[in-house]
Amino acid sequence: MTAPTTPATTPRRGQGRPALALVATEARLLLREPGTLFWIIAFPAALLTVLFLIPSFREADADLGGLRVVDLYLPVAVILSALTAGVQTMPATLATYREQGVLKRIATTPARPWQLLAAQWVVHGVAVLAGSVLAVVLGVTAFGIDVPGSPAAYLLVLVLALLAMLSLGGVIAGVAPSTRIAATISTILYFPLMFTAGVWLPVQVMPGLLGTIVEATPLGAAARGLDAAAAGDWPDTQHLLVLVVWTVGLAALSARYFRWK
Amino acid sequence: MTMIEVRGLRKTYGSTVAVDRVDLEVAEGEVLGVLGPNGAGKSTTVECIAGLTSPDAGTVRVAGLDPIADRDAARRLVGVQLQEAGLQAKLTVREALRLFASFHEHPRDGIELAERLGLGERLDHRYAALSGGQKQRIAIALSLVGRPRVALLDELSTGLDPESRRQVWDLVEEIRHDGTTIVLVTHLMEEAHRLCDRLALIDRGQVAAVDTPAGLIGRSAAPTVMTFDPVRPVSVEALARLDGVADVSERGGRVQVVGTDDAVLLVLDHLGRSGVRPTRLRVSETSLDDAYLALVTSSEEETA
Repeated sequence: MTAPTTPATTPRRGQGRPALALVATEARLLLREPGTLFWIIAFPAALLTVLFLIPSFREADADLGGLRVVDLYLPVAVILSALTAGVQTMPATLATYREQGVLKRIATTPARPWQLLAAQWVVHGVAVLAGSVLAVVLGVTAFGIDVPGSPAAYLLVLVLALLAMLSLGGVIAGVAPSTRIAATISTILYFPLMFTAGVWLPVQVMPGLLGTIVEATPLGAAARGLDAAAAGDWPDTQHLLVLVVWTVGLAALSARYFRWK
Repeated sequence: MTMIEVRGLRKTYGSTVAVDRVDLEVAEGEVLGVLGPNGAGKSTTVECIAGLTSPDAGTVRVAGLDPIADRDAARRLVGVQLQEAGLQAKLTVREALRLFASFHEHPRDGIELAERLGLGERLDHRYAALSGGQKQRIAIALSLVGRPRVALLDELSTGLDPESRRQVWDLVEEIRHDGTTIVLVTHLMEEAHRLCDRLALIDRGQVAAVDTPAGLIGRSAAPTVMTFDPVRPVSVEALARLDGVADVSERGGRVQVVGTDDAVLLVLDHLGRSGVRPTRLRVSETSLDDAYLALVTSSEEETA
């Protein structure tokens, strides 16, 4: 028996760190997807720019508590980025990986398929944060939007919303038997979620029961939380609680349904 | 030392029994070929050894480890090449090799491995742009980049052109020489004959035979083929009546006799007594293909 236990040639770098290697690889692959990068990183800033170019949207409105429409849309734009990453691109990528046997191949190695899922979360999460920072910086420097009054709360709400959306994406990737079905589920969920984020009508001006229902959804609560944080207040406990419950629940479901076969 | 031990393996998918009571033993450094018709349970057996599928009954041990319970330790020892496993579409060959090397403590030089397999010109091509044969070869490279002590290779040379097949075989012979234990699922008898120490024939979920390639051929009722040109015409009927002769045929003056080893001597004796000298006499084994088909057919008849 002569099986080499010591390497006969020089070992290459990065040995035995599958999780980190997978993050590096998935980051590199995300950079090769210009469409995805646009929707996650550039779109929030682009949306804000378009809205700012509409004259009436840059005028303070007494009905909006003296804010301008463009002020209200900064949180919306940021949430949209998290929504697109979590519900559209991340589950589409994972469903493709399962369908094409990438997860199966990873399962044959010392790395684990869930480490690839985690790597997807990390790279999409970082991309959303980059898109958010870009939108906030542009809004503050070019469009006269106030710096979030409570940056820590702003970041907390954003991260919770992001985790809720990535978990939802994990559930989609887990339950969908094929990439086509994953794409269908994503599309069905995308538009109602955009509505709850306040894309067409800001959440804080939604009337009565509608407003109550939307504030019980993850993105509705996130929109209200970001508004509060932008104004320098700590978000309502109720909104934070809604976000935490959705995030934990969806994360548990996503772990439950994740499978590589 | 036994490297792979499979005992009483059973796996069902719904009402379909994929494998039933499969026993296999592979010694350290041995190359076991797994033969059998499509859907016979070969891939299921390999996936159970790889720890990708949990058996319904029976035990699997690789170097004494349970591939499911001792997942991490087992994965460090075993390299697996599967059918139907892909890679990220935009990952290049070079990046894939680096990624998979990073999963192991003492990987091989992936670039050198790729070059050995004729992928040297394709290192910076994306996976989606590779041909079927190139994808097959990168799969082999990835399964071996971690210097596995056990390599499970499922249809190693499917879709490869003859030159690539030679490169792959040379590589398998090299790792075998280094002491790697190999389980090789194949449909190619030439591959089985060249690379394997023993062959397991799996048919309809069960092990129908395990033997060396020569032993498997020897199990055939008619393991020998002799051909010759008789200097003058000889009675085919008379030859066919000799003990142990299974088949006699004549084409263009050349006679072919298929039969047992003893039949060869009887034929020569008969020719001698008839005063017919056989010229260009050739005696060889029937092919592994013939033996394989005979075994699969006979196991079908037994269960029919």
